[in-house]
Amino acid sequence: MRLSCTVNGTPRQVDDVWEGESLLYVLRERMGLPGSKNACEQGECGSCTVYLDGLPVCACLVAAGQAQGREVGTVEGLAPAGELHPVQQAFLEAGAVQCGFCTPGLLVATDDLVTRSRAEGRTPADAEIREALAGNLCRCTGYEKILDAVRLAADRMAGDPR
Amino acid sequence: MSTPTRAPSGAPSHLTGPGGGRVGDDAARPDGVLKVRGEFAYGSDLWMDDMLWGVTLRSPHPYARIRSIDVGAALAVPGVHAVLTSDDVPGEKVYGLELADQPVLALDVVRYQGEPVALVAADHPDTARRAAARIVVDYDVWEPVTDARRALGHPTWNQVHDSPAEVTELSRESAHLHPHGNLVRHLKVRRGDPAPTADVVVVNEYEVGMQDQAFLGPESGLAVPGEDGGVDLYVATQWLHVDQRQICAALALPPERVRLTLAGVGGAFGGREDLSMHVHACLLALHTGRPVKMSYNREESFFGHVHRHPATMRYEHGATRDGDLVYVKATIYFDGGAYASSTPAVVGNGGTMGIGPYVVPNVHVDCYGAYTNNPPCGAMRGFGSVQTAFAYESQMDALAAELGMDPVDLRCRNAMEQGSEAITGQVVDSPAPVVELLRRLEAMPLPPEVPTGDAVDLRDMPGGVSNSTHGEGVRRGVGYAVAYKNVAFSEGFDDYSTARVRLEVVGGEAVATVHTAAAEVGQGLVTVEQQIARTELGVDRVTVHPKDTAVGSAGSTSASRQTYVTGGAVKAACEAVRARVLERARSVVGRPVADLRLDGGKVVSDLEGVALPLADLLGDEAVEETLEWRHRPTEAVDPETGQGFAHVQYAFSAHRAVVDVDTELGLVKVVEMACTQDVGKAINPQAVVGQIQGGTAQGLGLAVMEEILVRDGRVQNPSFTDYLIPTVLDMPPVRVEILEYADPHAPYGLRGVGEAPNISSGPAVLAAIRQATGLPLTRVPVRPEHLTGT
Repeated sequence: MRLSCTVNGTPRQVDDVWEGESLLYVLRERMGLPGSKNACEQGECGSCTVYLDGLPVCACLVAAGQAQGREVGTVEGLAPAGELHPVQQAFLEAGAVQCGFCTPGLLVATDDLVTRSRAEGRTPADAEIREALAGNLCRCTGYEKILDAVRLAADRMAGDPR
Repeated sequence: MSTPTRAPSGAPSHLTGPGGGRVGDDAARPDGVLKVRGEFAYGSDLWMDDMLWGVTLRSPHPYARIRSIDVGAALAVPGVHAVLTSDDVPGEKVYGLELADQPVLALDVVRYQGEPVALVAADHPDTARRAAARIVVDYDVWEPVTDARRALGHPTWNQVHDSPAEVTELSRESAHLHPHGNLVRHLKVRRGDPAPTADVVVVNEYEVGMQDQAFLGPESGLAVPGEDGGVDLYVATQWLHVDQRQICAALALPPERVRLTLAGVGGAFGGREDLSMHVHACLLALHTGRPVKMSYNREESFFGHVHRHPATMRYEHGATRDGDLVYVKATIYFDGGAYASSTPAVVGNGGTMGIGPYVVPNVHVDCYGAYTNNPPCGAMRGFGSVQTAFAYESQMDALAAELGMDPVDLRCRNAMEQGSEAITGQVVDSPAPVVELLRRLEAMPLPPEVPTGDAVDLRDMPGGVSNSTHGEGVRRGVGYAVAYKNVAFSEGFDDYSTARVRLEVVGGEAVATVHTAAAEVGQGLVTVEQQIARTELGVDRVTVHPKDTAVGSAGSTSASRQTYVTGGAVKAACEAVRARVLERARSVVGRPVADLRLDGGKVVSDLEGVALPLADLLGDEAVEETLEWRHRPTEAVDPETGQGFAHVQYAFSAHRAVVDVDTELGLVKVVEMACTQDVGKAINPQAVVGQIQGGTAQGLGLAVMEEILVRDGRVQNPSFTDYLIPTVLDMPPVRVEILEYADPHAPYGLRGVGEAPNISSGPAVLAAIRQATGLPLTRVPVRPEHLTGT
């Protein structure tokens, strides 16, 4: 099967994709984009969260063929080369990264949350942050510093008109 | 010498990072930017264009004899390059951390469900999996031995106490699982009066379920065959050199032909101390002459690593009416599962620290580790102390209730302090601020009362947004617990680390390079290595060399020991480098200078106005030192009494838990956790707090949700759907207060941090649930049916 889709704004075409392969497998093993992580491959941990046409999904649960002709966004596309997205910067500053395996998925989920709330002209409340990130497991941090990072990013992005 | 082989795409490279931060600062991680960009290469991210994928066929039975294995159909699958069984293991057929008792691939008998039986390498992971499913294994299925006490011939508690040290005639259930029997280790601790009496006696039995490390990054690595007939393995692990030793034995190759490099590690928590895919990937690579990648899926990960030992424990505490502990008797059984792994050391910890940080004149502890046909158990954060802490801290609460005392007052009254004797007779010769940790917790403000009426936000209720309660049956409880844990390896183990430090001038700037084999598993050791080098050598730029076996062993990233031991090695190597540089500076100056030191890339003396740039002093030459560093030695304990200088350092932490329990539905919401911990010296305060909060979450998980359910030797829940770890909705705010009472024996006065908070948080949650419900609750994890009596 030939798969054509747009990944991080760039049109990509991959040949010989087997119908049983997930979008996660194609991103990681065929496109050389291993940023989305393979922690459970059953949609429970959120480590492989990517944007599919602007909505966050678990890439492990998306059959590769479902991405045909669609737009995929991964952690590698959050910021231009050499720069850091405010969410990435906040995770670093807050100490929210330990082993970092959950981080790419959390960054996409956080970006989605703060982007949505910024569009509504506000920052997310703690209960809302917890609900938004409840599908992303982290085994290292106990989440406290991740919450700090999300609050920090949301505050900074609220003042950014982009 | 090693033969250079092509490094895989994404292989670890030198980490330099954002720079800045000395000992005591919140220095940034050098791997942080890579991690947030998705560019940090974990074991499962490695790739070579001609690589194959390896998979493992595992036993579906917990106990069976293998009559035959037919691999013909698997080999016939197009795309398959190799199918291997134990016959293809060229060297030692069994391996193990302490005892070599675990087959690389099953020999004649499988002893647990999930035991590796055969390997397949193919050009696509699904091809390999489909081929593995076509291997025909003829099993003669046997009845598994699944109860540790029965495995030892100790059918009941009473019988144990009638003949405490005797292994009675083996029953049918306790067939010999290994040639030397089912006892892995029995540790005795005997102290004081063997038949003490007390005013008040509390006896209870406790049970702790099987917890999993549940690190997120699956077991993964890439083995690349070398031109010299050896192999390069890039792997996520905790201890490169102990892996190398076992791999060399299995492959019958010398160490110089088995070269390991640490791939990115997605968490470990003890679960990567044992081999998983290491030998398997190397075998497949050597057989096919191609690079072979193996990466477990989540189900296989549950079968592919050891778990925390489940425990059954009987404790008897005797005290005076005033609340002074008179004696403690304890019998502890750890279920080690099918193979020994680190069970002997877990038994050592469970026994020697089995009554907690309390001073007790009369002690009688028996701690057993047993073989069964359950999944193998080994290292997990807290290592032998997590289980016993549930029991002894529950006992302290039960005793306080019996005496009508406040549980914190009872603990403080009996608490160990500096100068106290542990139950091993070892004098605690560094600060032991148990009382202060508890009193500081008590002084912290409590969270607001349980909301009622219109103030109820359902998201704050037990059960959360499932809208199952409006608070009508909700009761609040507050509980306290203390942790007590040895740091580093004990009982006479030669526990050293090796560091190579180089100082040179690159592009006019002084640069230090730190090379150790110490595994960074997420905890932040790479940051600490940089901080120490910056502090000792007065430079800003410090590069961390990839972790590999081209330098000597650093020991294991476990036992809260790496900052202590590898930190100590890096410090010592820096001091040796500094001494040589200063010596050279003195010869350049041509006279003795009293206060010479390294600062800002220069040799300086404020008193004498000396400022020699390293660029001038060193020129093109690098100053390099490699050395091994050891903490002070410990000793084996006496086999009959458990007495001896067993542990180099203790870590102490305490937790207060506040919980809301819906007593009608059996649901628990932890409202707040507070932790106080003495870390001696916080080398990186932000990382220390991160360790405490993460450890708190794992202890909370064991208290209320985490358990591998094993029925008749079969795992019921090998997935993140059914094995629950705390989500951000399950974790409350964690308030942390750090004490820094320097340990005079440790580098910078530091104390190992990682494990203690994992030990005290669970018992505190349990104590809080008991206070809310009035139920005795002697088993963890606590389940809804335990709270509703259904």
